[in-house]
Order: sequence, then structure tokens, then C-alpha cells
Amino acid sequence: MTSWVDWLPTLVTFFPLLGAVILLFFPRDLVKGHRFVGILSTIPSLILAIVMYQRFDPALNGMQWFKSVTWFRIPIFGGMPWEFHYSMGVDGLSLPLVVLTCIVSTLAAVASLYIKQRTKAYYALLLILQTGMAGVFLAANLFLFFIFFEVTLIATFFLIGGWGYLGKEKAANHFLLYTGLGSGFLLFAMVGLLLFFGSLDYSVLQERMAQLATQMALLPPQAQTMLWLIFISLLIAFGIKLPIFPFHSWMLRVHVEAPTPVVMIHSGILLKMGAYGLIRFGVGLFPGFMKEAAAVLSILGLVNILYGAILAFVERELKRVLAFSSISHMGIVLFGLASLNEIGLQGAIFQAVSHGLISALLFFLVGSLYHRTKTTLLDDLGGLAKTMPVLSGILMVGALALLGLPGLSGFISEFFAFLGLFKVRPIVASVGALGLILAAVYVLRFLLQTTFGPLKERYLNSLDIQAKESVPMFVLVGLIVLIGIYPAALGEPMHHTLQYLVAKIGG
Amino acid sequence: MEHTLLDFNLRVMAPELIIVSAAALLVILELLLKESTSRNWIGWLGLLAVIAAGVSVGMEFGHPPYQILNDSYRVDSFSLAFKALLLGGGGLTILFSLAGGKNEQPKPKGEYYILLLAALLGGMMMVSSADLLALYVGLELLSLSSYILVGINKRDRHSNEAAWKYVVLGGVSSAFLLYGMSFLYGLTGATNLFAIQGKMVEMVATQDQAYIYVSLFLMMVGFGFKIATAPFHTWTPDVYQGSPTPVTIFLAVVSKAAAFALVARVLLIAYLPLVSTGAWNEIVSWLLMILAACSMIIGNTAALRQTNAKRLLAYSSIAQAGYVLVPLSTLGFVGFDLFPSLFYYLCAYLFMTAGAFAVADCIAKSCKNDQISAFAGLSRRSPWLAGVMTIFLISLAGFPVTAGFFGKFYLLTSAVGSNQAWLAAAMILTTIVSYYYYFEFIRQMYFRAPDLAAPRVSVSWAAWAVLAIGVTGTLALGLFPDLLLHELGKIDWHSAFAQAQNAIRQ
Repeated sequence: MTSWVDWLPTLVTFFPLLGAVILLFFPRDLVKGHRFVGILSTIPSLILAIVMYQRFDPALNGMQWFKSVTWFRIPIFGGMPWEFHYSMGVDGLSLPLVVLTCIVSTLAAVASLYIKQRTKAYYALLLILQTGMAGVFLAANLFLFFIFFEVTLIATFFLIGGWGYLGKEKAANHFLLYTGLGSGFLLFAMVGLLLFFGSLDYSVLQERMAQLATQMALLPPQAQTMLWLIFISLLIAFGIKLPIFPFHSWMLRVHVEAPTPVVMIHSGILLKMGAYGLIRFGVGLFPGFMKEAAAVLSILGLVNILYGAILAFVERELKRVLAFSSISHMGIVLFGLASLNEIGLQGAIFQAVSHGLISALLFFLVGSLYHRTKTTLLDDLGGLAKTMPVLSGILMVGALALLGLPGLSGFISEFFAFLGLFKVRPIVASVGALGLILAAVYVLRFLLQTTFGPLKERYLNSLDIQAKESVPMFVLVGLIVLIGIYPAALGEPMHHTLQYLVAKIGG
Repeated sequence: MEHTLLDFNLRVMAPELIIVSAAALLVILELLLKESTSRNWIGWLGLLAVIAAGVSVGMEFGHPPYQILNDSYRVDSFSLAFKALLLGGGGLTILFSLAGGKNEQPKPKGEYYILLLAALLGGMMMVSSADLLALYVGLELLSLSSYILVGINKRDRHSNEAAWKYVVLGGVSSAFLLYGMSFLYGLTGATNLFAIQGKMVEMVATQDQAYIYVSLFLMMVGFGFKIATAPFHTWTPDVYQGSPTPVTIFLAVVSKAAAFALVARVLLIAYLPLVSTGAWNEIVSWLLMILAACSMIIGNTAALRQTNAKRLLAYSSIAQAGYVLVPLSTLGFVGFDLFPSLFYYLCAYLFMTAGAFAVADCIAKSCKNDQISAFAGLSRRSPWLAGVMTIFLISLAGFPVTAGFFGKFYLLTSAVGSNQAWLAAAMILTTIVSYYYYFEFIRQMYFRAPDLAAPRVSVSWAAWAVLAIGVTGTLALGLFPDLLLHELGKIDWHSAFAQAQNAIRQ
């Protein structure tokens, strides 16, 4: 009865790893071969992810293509052993992010043409990273989720430290320690959940947590404190990843120092793991706690939006501008989350996906810009529209999507998130709306300073983008426009899952 | 029918007897051999004996506990499991010593292998004893042999310094241990652990308990030294750095594991009655938890400043000892479930520590430089060695999918399960600190340019064998924890701490 289709999530996850293993047997200096295998190995996952998207039944509840195999048991003296499963599956929450992962990974592999050194190790790590990311979204067991989460951490550490710009080592260290701290909290929460519920499968956790929630008042105070500790650990763990305001310094460094394709992935997908975790474990497991924390989360979101926007306005370096704008946009994700209604949560995921696409596009553009100009300081740039019309044009599309121009994906997602929050917290939401105005201001500022104005003399001979660079750019632009004008493409599959989540939160 | 003391089934002592006879045989052989003959094959014979002993340990599993020699020596699943671990560590040590045989100066002599076997025997006695005297004899056999092993390179200044320090501090710690034991004997009039336990039950109910704690504290100092936990760790970095690397592996793995078994035996049999009065949770647990936390904090932070590879790994092993103490310290809260996690971590520790020390040794020997900077650019000079080292480091730091990750996760369940959230927090936070120094090796290997003048790294086939075993163990236990968990689940740990049938009374 089992056909290969049942194993779709596993296949999507592990195809890239197969590519990495094949790469190991390549000679060291066959750069073209490395590139070929590196790009080709991301394709099967992409195709399978699209198959998954097409065949996904949005009317169904719960995980689809769910497969669970017993992995190991921890013996407990005189009791039932704890069973750990290898379980993979996909639902409306993870599907958009899986598709996003596969698209951005393929594009990042294509966009790696500036990487000239040690290409074998580079592509192998990139493929391992893709396996980790896909696994994070497709795992249906917290233990498995954690393992994939750590795999992305290690792979990204090597990629930043090995192929980044000048301050790469410091950036890699910061990344390691901060996200390590995050996974420490996650580990604590995981062990706590295991002790409470005796399993780490999402379905079992949800079921038992729901049971527990009905008799919350009867629990001894110690157990209640423990549950709160677990919940807060989860918030911090994913808050660092997102990043939420006081934990953001590592992410700035990474965005400035990491090689372009890695920043595309980092900003496009890795940060979204924070949003995904907050929804999956925060809202999904602890709806009652989430409700109490919603006020704090919305304030944190507000801080993120305004802080990010203001600093993006002041910064004089393009990568840092975009990094701060990421912080600001992740604040909008928090807004959507804090609303705890369907439209808001939808906004949060929309924002995650849409910002993933937009930031991947923008960071790729900045990377190719740096390749030509050797600087990303706003003061040193200017008038690029004259020598690089295509690049500047695409930059403009990306920037407009970032500020939320209707018809592009940024608009629809911000609209949903704000709409959701307006229903419950109109004041916070209206203050947050200031961030949208600020976004327009800082986006237009950097756009004007790079593409318009007098052309600097030394850029007279700069070449516009080549065909092979433009492929990823046009694909991303196409997707941004697609979501902007046809949001149902993204909204349809997640509709049911979100309804189910919201129903659990209750009125 | 009349029974004598030695009237028991010799089969249960087979592992020890194999090692003893091998050691004796090798001494005679060593005397008969000519000066110029290579001693390598003495090492091979020793390895063979260790494997044979391992097989006989494997065959003993599954039998009910068995006490011999007037109840002073017991063979139960606890001691068998630990013996298997010790023999594994001992085997790896001998194999790795054979690796150094080619380019090491001076060449390891015959007595080196014989002393290793003697030390191994001491460790095996320690894990099997149920009597203070037998315990002490085992401990001293292990210690005295290791003192000599540490200083076996007579002409090496570091080795001499290490041996001297180890002898003096080891002697002091043995004195503490013995003094503590004497109090226990004075209080109860017995040396047998179960007899002590019987007396202790009466004493905790009636008498003033001050002397019980005096004996406990004194012994704890001795234990702290033997398992190298802070604040009794000061000898560790010097000794681990100065010893020949195979001996370092032996000390870090075998000696430490045996000492853990010793602590578990003494505390959980002799002092178990304290659990019923609640004094355990109030005093003994806290003592152990503080030792554990101190080790994690001091080991991990001191490691940050090290530049010598072996010294850094020594501090790392101090920190690891702190992690292993966690399940022991939370016993009063979670019960005997602690053993699988403790044992699992020790196994993981065996593979990853032995491997990391082995790589460090290969690099130091080839580059004539024992600093971490000797690792610079290793990923380009010798990519396989760099990859192998990365796996060990990732495991030591506790990242998946390695044995170190699962082991730490498993230990953490006992810390969180006992509701000691602060201990869990200490574990997690110090682990994050440890990322920094473990990844220092990785930064050197992958992010720094190689020194062009650096010589080629030569790795002998026996060293590759040790590394292969280490990598296989680290990855296999990480990917399929069931391999070991299944076996551990079958062991009845309770039986190890209860009186068992005596051979003579059969």
C-alpha cells in the first residue's frame, strides 16, 4: 500500500543531503562540477514541494502525508518507556514555508556564482542547510524539529565563518552563541514537555495539553510554574531567532558579514523559523498562555516595528538598512500573532513568506551591487539607474514591495496582520501603523540615494546584471507579484489549519 | 557440606582472572625478551586479553547478582556494565599506544602495557567491590599504576612534573578517603557496605548524625579528586597535559568511569538510609549538585582561556564530569532511573573524548606544536582528520546528531525531572559557554589559512582505527540511541544496590 508519495516530506528533506554526499566524492578543484551538482540537487526537492502544494487538500485537518516510525525508546523503571518517533508531515501552517524554503534554496544555489573558493565544501554545506530547514518545517515531532534546528545552526555557522566578508569570524561567533542560547531555551522547554506529557509528537502534545488546559486550576502550583517556565522558554527561544528587540544584535552582524546567498537564506527562511515556532508551539500548544501573553507580544511587536524603522532610516549602509527593516517587518509578524484571530495569524504567515521572498530578492540585489561597486555605503552610491537600469528597476520593485505597495505581496500581508490586531487592540495597532509610514520614508530614502541623483564617476563603466544573475531575481519578482494579486494561492492551503488553531484559543 | 572462602564458581571472576594472568604472563615474557626486540607485540597480547575479558563480561550478563569472597565482591549487572565500559576504554588506550609505537620517542616499553593491565584490573575491582577494603585496594591498584604510567617517559620534563603532582595530590586524596572510611568503620564496626547500611538504618533513627556527615564529607573530597570535579580538579590540567596521550585517555575515561561507579556504590549502599529520613535530599543531594555545578562552571570558563590543546580538553573533561554528576545528585528526586542516563553519557564520553585526545595527539606529534594554533588550516592540510575532529567537537559541545547531544538531553531529563530548574539552567548555560572553546578548534581548522611551513600530518593506521571507532561510536549512539538504550533498559539497576545471594550460602 505504501507508495513513494507517502514519504514526500522525507524525500523533500533528504534529497539535498544526498547531493551533499555526492559532492564529497568530487575532486577539490572541479568548480563547475560543484556548481552543477549544487544547483541540481536542490531541484528534486523543489519539484516535490510543488507537487505537494498541488496535491495538498486544504479541506483536511491535521498533518498530510504523515509518516511515523518508532525511532528509539527511553526506558523508565517500572513504567511505560518514552517513545521517540521519526514523524514527518505537512499541514497548512508548514506547507507555505516548505515551498518557500525550496524556492529560496534553489535560488540561493543559483545566486552563489560569486563564491569562487572552496566551492565543494560551500555547496555541500548549503545543501545540508537546506535539509535542516526543510526538516524544521516538515518535522511532526519536537525532538526531530530540534535536531533539524541545530543542523541549520551548525551549517550556517560554517557558511558565515568560511565565506563571509571581513568580520566573518566575529559574526559567526555571535551567531553561534546567540542562537545557541535560543536552542538552549528550546532544549529546556523540550525536556519539560517530555516530562509533562511523556511524548514529543505534535499530535500527542496537543491532545494532552488540551486535556490539561481544562483542569489547569486543579494543578499544583509547582506544575503551573513549570508550565509557565516552559512557555516562556519557548517564547525566548523563538524570540531570539525572529529576532525580538533586545535579542537582535547578532542578526545585524550576520546580515552584514555573511555571503550573499547565505543572507538570502538567513533572512528569507531562517528568521521565519522563529515565526513558525511561535505559531506552532506558542499558539498551537499553549493557546491559553498565549492569550495572556498577547498584550506583551503586541507591545514587543510595536517596539520592533518602530525601533527597526527608525534605525533603518538613520543607517548609512545599505545592508544594515535592510537588516533593520527586517527587524521592523518581523514586528509585523508579532502583531499578527498577538491578534490571535484567523486573519491576524494569516497575516503573520503571509508576512513571513512575503518578507522571505522580498528580503531574498533585496539581499541578492545588494550582493550583486557590491560585486560591482565594492561598497554598500549609501553616500558612495548614486545614479546607478543610468548605468545599471535593469538592476535598479528590480531594486525598485523589491523596495516598493517592502514598503507595502498594493499589488505586491508586502501590502496584502501587512494589511492582514494589522487588520487582525485592529480588531483586538486598536490603539497598539494604530501606533504601529506609524511604522508603515516610516517604512515608506526609509525605503524611498535608500532607493533615491542608490539609483537616482548624480552618477559617481567611478561607476561609469559598471556593467548591468548578466542573464544568469537575473534568473533568480525575476523568479522572485514574479512570486512577489503573484501573491500580491492572487493571495489565495498562499491563503487557501492554510485556511483550515488556522481555523482549527483559532478554535482552540476560544472566544 | 563444608564451604571455604574460595569455594565459588570461578566463571564469575573470569574477566579479572584473564587480565591478571595476562599481566603475569607478560611480565615473564618481558623478562625473557632481548633488549633490542620490539615490545609492540606485548601490547597486542594485552589487547587480546582485554578483548577476551570483554567477551567473558558479555557472557555474564543476565545472571542474577552473585556475591563472593565473604560478600566483599559482587558480580551484578551494574558492575558488568561498568566493566564493559572500562574494558572498552582500556582497549582503545592500548590500541592507541600501539599507534604511537612508530614515531614516539622513547618507544613504549613492555612494562607500560603491563601497568595498563594492572590499572584496568584495579578499575574492575573498584566497580565490583561491596566492601570498603576491597574498594580501597582496587582504587590504590588503579592509582599506583597510573602514577607510574603518567611518568613513564622518564626523560620528559612535563611528564615528570605531571607524575609528581599526581602522586602527591593523589596521595592526599586517598588519605581523605581513607580517613572518611575510618569514621564509617568506627561508627558501624563493619567494612562491608551492606553491613554498614544495616547499622546506618538504626543510627539515623536514633543517634546524633554529625559523624555520619564527617565521614561523608571526607570521602566526598576523595571522590571529588578521583572523578576530577571542581574544586578538587587542580591536578587535572597539568596531569592530562603532561602524560603521554594514551595515558591521558586512560585517566580521562577509564579512571573517571571507575571512580563514578565507586561513588555510586558507596553513596547508594552505605548512605542510602539517609534517603528515608529526608537528610539525603537536604544534604547529600545538595553537596553533589554543588560539586556538579562548580565543575560545569569552573571547567567551562577556565577552558575559555586555554591555548594548549590537551589542556583545553582537560578542562572540558572537568566540565563533563560535572554533567555526569547531575543524575547522581538528583537521585533522591527521581530514583534509580538515573543509571541509564549516567551510563549512556559515560559511553558517549568514552568515544568522543578518546577521539578528541587522539586527534590532538596526532597533530601535536606531527607539527611539534601542542598549541591549538597547530590546527590552523587543517581542513586543507588533512580534510578527513579535520572532519573527524569536527564530529568529536560537535558531540562534546552537545549538537545533534551525535552521542553527546542525546546523552546531554538524557541527563537534562533528570535535572528537570527533579524540579531543580537551576541545575538544568546551569547545565544549559555552561554548555553554551562551551560552544566558544570547542569551536575554537573549528575556527582554526576551517577559517584560518594553513601555515605553509607546517609539516604533513601523519596518522598511523592504529590511530585511524581508534578514530574510526570513536566516530562510529559517536555517530551510531547519536543516530540510533536504541542500540544502547535497549540493553540498558533490560538491566535491573535496583538489584545492584540490594543484598544478593552469596555463593557460599547456596
